[in-house]
Amino acid sequence: MKPKHWYDYFWIWTVAYFALGFFNILFAWLGMVDFLVPLLFAVFGGNKWFCNRLCGRGQLLTVLPRKFGVSRRKPAPRWLSSPWFRYAFLAFFLTMFGNILYQSYRVFGGAASLREVVKLFWTFRLPWGWAYTAGTVPDWVAQFAFGFYSLMLASTLIGLIAMALYRPRTWCSFCPMGTMTQAICKLKQRGRLPEDTN
Amino acid sequence: MPSKRYAKANRTRCVSCGACVRECPRGAVEIWRGCFARIDPAVCVGCGRCREACPADCIELLQREAAS
Repeated sequence: MKPKHWYDYFWIWTVAYFALGFFNILFAWLGMVDFLVPLLFAVFGGNKWFCNRLCGRGQLLTVLPRKFGVSRRKPAPRWLSSPWFRYAFLAFFLTMFGNILYQSYRVFGGAASLREVVKLFWTFRLPWGWAYTAGTVPDWVAQFAFGFYSLMLASTLIGLIAMALYRPRTWCSFCPMGTMTQAICKLKQRGRLPEDTN
Repeated sequence: MPSKRYAKANRTRCVSCGACVRECPRGAVEIWRGCFARIDPAVCVGCGRCREACPADCIELLQREAAS
């Protein structure tokens, strides 16, 4: 095995994120780091350093099967990593993210009131009221936190299911952030290719 | 003596996640500018660990030509 790097421990970040959000939903805002940093790397660096080295979720999906053997390690169906599915999944996620912003905006404007629930897979309502004391922050800030935590929970669970059924990092082949950052990198390199065909 | 086989990633299907980079015991893989994985055939020993790790299943092992 290769020597460990300092950044090989970010899987702890992923575990801590969900643990912290369990006790105080406002920690869900920390997830914006996972949203913005990969985009910054892609837009300014033209690379996927985040996916390749820093992503806590990717590391968790690698570490769990290594330590506990919780992956069948079978190739996933081809359509999961096909461009149409990847872009459709990206569109779905951006729509859901847009909906979080819209709901937060409605709460901000007074058109809706704060709902202290985490929605599992956009369907099942989990009561989550203990993780927030009303009035701590403006309601829209809390509404965004509940929504964003739901999104992070759903995507992580999908990742864990894919890990168990197929290869450890199957999630990465259709991860919306991965699709988005690779698309940005490819746009930046338009027409340029390495000289060899390795 | 070079190994009999070497790994090659499919540039079109690669999602450039870097799972192969982590897995390679020889450091033969790089993600080229965030676009796709490139495996240096001169360094690769054809062990196939990257192929087993690839979530898009886009790495294949090729036979080296006898001459090289």
